[in-house]
Amino acid sequence: MTMPLMHPKRKNPLLRTRQLNLPPGARGRVALGLTAAASEGRFELQVCEACNAVQYPPREACLCCLSSQLKWRAQSGEGSLLATTTLHHSNDLFFRERLPWRLGLVHLDAGPTVMAHLHGEVGEAPTRVNIGARLDRAGQAVLIAFPFQGSADMADDKMLREMTSDPKFRKVLVTDGKTELGQAIVRALVKAGADIVWVGHAEPWKKAGSGLDDIAALPQVTLVPLDLTNGRSVTELAGEIGGKVDIVINNAEVHRTYGIASRRGTDVAKAEMDINYFGLLRLAQEFGPALKGRSADGETGATAWVNLLSIYALSNFPPHGTFSASKAAAHSLAQCLRAEMRPAGIRVINLFPGPIDDEWNEQMPAPKLTAQSLAASIVKALRDGVEDVYPGDVAQEWLERWRDNPKVLERELAAGG
Amino acid sequence: MTSTLTTLLSASELLGQLATALTTRRIRVIDLTQTLTPEFPQIALPPEMGQCWPFRIEEVSKYDERGPGWYWNNFSCGEHTGTHFDAPIHWISGRDLPNNSVDTIPAQHFVAPACVVDCSAQVKLDADYLMTVADIEAFEAAHGRIPTGAWVLMRTDWSQRQDPEAYQNFDATGQHTPGPSSEAVQFLVQQRDVLGFGSEAIGTDAGQGYHLRPPYPCHYFMHGAGRYGLQCLCNLDQLPPTGAVLICPPLKIQKGSGSPLRVLALVEGTA
Amino acid sequence: MARPRHSYEGVAVAVPVTVPYVRYSTHGAHWFLGQAVAALVEGAGITKDQIDGLCVSSFSLAPDTAVGVTQHLGLSPRWLDHIPTGGASGVMALRRAARAVQAGDADIVACVGADTNHVDSFRQTLGAFSNFARDATYPYGAGGPNSIFAFITANYMRTYGATRADFGRIAVSQRDNALKNPNALFKKPLALAEYMAAKPISDPIHLFDCVMPCAGAEAFLVMSEERARDLGLAHVVVRAGIERHNAYAQDPVMVRGGWLADRDELYAQAGIAPADIDFVQTYDDYPVIVMMQFEDLGFCAKGEGPAFVRSHTLTHDGSFPNNTSGGQLSCGQAGAAAGFLGMTEGIRQLTDQAGEHTVPGAQLGLVAGFGMVTYDRCLCTGAIILGRST
Repeated sequence: MTMPLMHPKRKNPLLRTRQLNLPPGARGRVALGLTAAASEGRFELQVCEACNAVQYPPREACLCCLSSQLKWRAQSGEGSLLATTTLHHSNDLFFRERLPWRLGLVHLDAGPTVMAHLHGEVGEAPTRVNIGARLDRAGQAVLIAFPFQGSADMADDKMLREMTSDPKFRKVLVTDGKTELGQAIVRALVKAGADIVWVGHAEPWKKAGSGLDDIAALPQVTLVPLDLTNGRSVTELAGEIGGKVDIVINNAEVHRTYGIASRRGTDVAKAEMDINYFGLLRLAQEFGPALKGRSADGETGATAWVNLLSIYALSNFPPHGTFSASKAAAHSLAQCLRAEMRPAGIRVINLFPGPIDDEWNEQMPAPKLTAQSLAASIVKALRDGVEDVYPGDVAQEWLERWRDNPKVLERELAAGG
Repeated sequence: MTSTLTTLLSASELLGQLATALTTRRIRVIDLTQTLTPEFPQIALPPEMGQCWPFRIEEVSKYDERGPGWYWNNFSCGEHTGTHFDAPIHWISGRDLPNNSVDTIPAQHFVAPACVVDCSAQVKLDADYLMTVADIEAFEAAHGRIPTGAWVLMRTDWSQRQDPEAYQNFDATGQHTPGPSSEAVQFLVQQRDVLGFGSEAIGTDAGQGYHLRPPYPCHYFMHGAGRYGLQCLCNLDQLPPTGAVLICPPLKIQKGSGSPLRVLALVEGTA
Repeated sequence: MARPRHSYEGVAVAVPVTVPYVRYSTHGAHWFLGQAVAALVEGAGITKDQIDGLCVSSFSLAPDTAVGVTQHLGLSPRWLDHIPTGGASGVMALRRAARAVQAGDADIVACVGADTNHVDSFRQTLGAFSNFARDATYPYGAGGPNSIFAFITANYMRTYGATRADFGRIAVSQRDNALKNPNALFKKPLALAEYMAAKPISDPIHLFDCVMPCAGAEAFLVMSEERARDLGLAHVVVRAGIERHNAYAQDPVMVRGGWLADRDELYAQAGIAPADIDFVQTYDDYPVIVMMQFEDLGFCAKGEGPAFVRSHTLTHDGSFPNNTSGGQLSCGQAGAAAGFLGMTEGIRQLTDQAGEHTVPGAQLGLVAGFGMVTYDRCLCTGAIILGRST
C-alpha cells in the first residue's frame, strides 16, 4: 500500500531552500530512443526487423543476427521480477539524498533483462511486474516496475512523484482564465487537488461572459492581473507570486483565422505573435528563474511548465496561416525553454491539440476538442510526467501523417486538409 | 479683460506680457492629459476588426549591462491611444478634405480658446447621457455665446474613474460612456463653427454612439466638416466655463489620423 | 570437434611484483606502472631495454593507452597489447604474452596491471564505464557494480539456498590469509559476527562484501624457460589457460560464469583433474562470484557452493586454500591490478615466496579472472593453471 501524500506543512522560511541535484542524465544517441518514446508516455524497445529479437540495452546491431534494421516498437512491459535490492549507499548525489531506494532486476517476457526502479507496491521476488518508462528529473527515460494491480494512492509513491508533476497540493498559475478552456483547466486543477490556482486575466474592462466570475468564486482560485503583451504586468506578477508557483500553465493565446492574402496588414499576425510567442518569452523570462530555484523544495516543489501550442505548429494550416506560424515560433521557443529548464529538473510539457471547440474554430469541421477534454489531458500529462502531448483524434492523425512524410502532409494541408 | 487692451498693445508686447504672466503664475498651465501607461484602456472594437494598440513600453537599458550610464525605453501605441487628437482624415466623412491629417493641419489651430460645458451632474445619474442642444443653450445663457473657432469640451468628471473597468464601463450590450447627441454636434458645427469637440471618455462619441443617427455623429459631422476631436481628457473641472486657451499639437506624423499628445490649458492664476 | 590447442610448453612466468597499495594517491597511473616496471627490471636483473614485449591493463591511463606508456617509460617493445579487461586482465595478459614468447615475437614480456585512485576516481570512472552502464544502470543510482551483484547474490541465495553466513565464511577466511600478507591494506581480523552486523550497502550486499578501491600495481614477466634459467630466476610454468567473453548471455541473470563453458578443456590441457589443484586464487569482487567459481571450475556442482564452503576451510593452510594473499576483499582493489593479484600470488606460492601465508607443498594452482561489468554481469572470464617448474 502506498502512503497517501499528506498535505505538506508550512515551510520554515528561515531554512535554506534545497537545490536539485539531477540523476545521471547522459545517454548515448541510440538510447535516446527510449526517452523519445517515454516523452509521449510509451515504453518502447528496439525490435529487429529481420529476426524479431527485442533489444536491451539499446544498441546499433541486433544482438542475435547483427541486422542494423532495429525499429522502436511499443512493449507491453510484462515480466518477472528476479531480484530486488535496496540502495543504502550511492555515489550519485541525487540518489544519495533520497536513500533508501529500491531497485529491481526484471526479466521481460519479450526477452531482455532490465534494471528498473521499483514502485513501492511491488513485493519481493519472485513476482510478476509491469515495466513502464517514465522521464526522470533529468528528463531522460528510466524503467519502472509497477505492480499489476495498484492501489488508489499509487501516484503518491515517493519514487513516482519524482518522475511526475502531480498538481495535488501544488500551486498553479493559469495564464488566461477568460476563455472557456482556461476555466475548464482551472476546474480540472481544483478537482485534482491543487492548493492554489492563480488565474490570470488581461484587460479587465473587456467583459467576456460570466465564466471568470464563476471560477473566481472557487476557494482555491485567486484572480490576478496578467497581460502577456505587457512586460511590466508579467514582471509585477512574477514579483508577487513567482516565488510560490509550482506549475505554470500558459494557455493564453490569440487565434485568428487568416492566411497571408486574406487579411492585409500585419497587425493581426502581430497580435498573435505578441501573445503566442512573445508572451511565452516574457513569461519564461520572469517566472523561469523562480521555478528553477524551487525545483527541489520539498514534496510539492516547483515541477512543470505547460504550453498550449497547436498541432498546426508542426505543419502550417494555411487557412489559419499566421496563427500556425505563431504557434510554430512558440514551439521552437518552448524547445529552448525545455533545454534551459532541464538543468533544474523542471518538466516542460507541450500540448499540440487539433481544433478546439471555440469561436475561432467555428467553421472547422468536427471532430473538435471540448475544453473539458483538453483540460483533462493537461492534468493527465502532469500526472504522467510526459513532455509532448497530442490530444484528440485530429492531432493524433496529423502527427502520424507528419511523422510518415512531412512533405506529403504539407501538400495535403495546402489542398485543404 | 476687454478687447481694448489687446488692441492697445503690439503683438510683441502681448507676448512679453504672456511670458511674464506665466513666470509669475498669473497665468497657470493646467495639464489635461492622462499619463500613458500600459494599464490605461484603449478603444476596443469587435474582434474581427483591426484594433488600436494599447500603450506598451520596454526598457532598453537602465544604468546596467545593456547601457551602463543611461536609462531609456522603447514604446509602442496606436495613433488613438491615451489622451489623443483626432484629425479629419480619421473619419470617412473627412477623407477628402484639404489639410486633414495631423501633419497638414495649420499649426495656428493648435492653440485655441475652449468652452467647458458641465454635464457632470447628469452623467452621475446616467452613464449614457447625451449632451443636447438644450444643454448648450443653457450654457450660453449663463456664460455667453460660444465663440467661432473654439473647442467645446464636455465636462463629465468621467476621468475620475481610475479603475479601467469603470472607465470603459462595458456590459453585455456594449460600452456605456457619455457623449454629444447628433443634434448637438450638428448645431456646434453649423451654428457655432467650433474648432472641435473634446471628451473625458474613451471617444468623442458616446459609448452607445453606434446606435445614433448617423452612427458616431460627433466623428461623422466634426471630421466631415474638417474639425477636430480630443478624448481621454482630464482635469476639466479645473477650467473655467470660458476663457481657457488650449494648446494641443499632435505629433507630426506623415498622413497621421491622430496621435497621443499633451493637452495643456492656460487659465487665470490666483495671483 | 575443435582443433586441439597448443600447450604452453617452454613458457616461464617469473618475478611477481606488487607495488604497495595506498588508499588515495595524487600520482597518475603512469607512476604505478613505472614503479612496477622498475621492480620487474630489478627483480630480473636485466636492463630496461631487454623488455621487448609489453602488456598493460589500466582504467586510469586515459587519455593514454599502452602506446603512450611505451614513450612515457622509454620502452621500445616489438610486441604490445593493451587489454582493458579489468579483473580478467592477468589471465588474458599471460595467455597473450605466452604465445608471443612461444612464437618468438618477443623475448621478455612485462605484464602490468596498475591504477591510481584519486578521491573522486571511483565516481568518474563509473560515469563513462561503458555504453550500457551509462544508458541502463547508472541512471538508476546503482552505486557501481554493487547493485548488480546484489541482484546476482539475491537471486543465487533464493535459488540455491545460500545464506549471508556462507558468504561471510569466504570473507572471514580471506581476511585470515591477509593478516599474514604485509602488502594487504586490511590489518584487522574479521569475525563472522562483525561481517553479519556490517551496514548494508545494497542488500544483500553489506560492507564486507565490497572491495575497497585503492591505488597500486601488480606485474610479472613472461619469457622462455630457457631464458628464465639463464637469468637464474625462480619461475612457474603454464599448464593450461582459457578465456571466454559474454558467456551464457541468454541467462536472464548470472548464475554461472564463462569458466564453465571451457573448464573441461582447461583440465584436459593440463592433463589433471580439479582434485589435483592445491590452491585457487579466485576473482573475489564479491563473495557470490567466489562461490560460483568453486562450482564452475569443477570443485563442486552448481548449487553446491554453500555446502562446499561450509565443509571446507579456505585459509592458506586449510582443506581448500582460496585467495591465499587475502584477495582483493582484504588487500584492496587497485583497479586493474586486481586482475593480476591472483597471478602474482600464484607465482609466489609456487616459487616459495609466499612467506607466512604459504600453502604447504603446493605443486599446482589455479588462477581465475573475472571482469568488466558493462551492464548486468561481468563479461570476461578466464583461468590459468600454473605449475612448479621442474
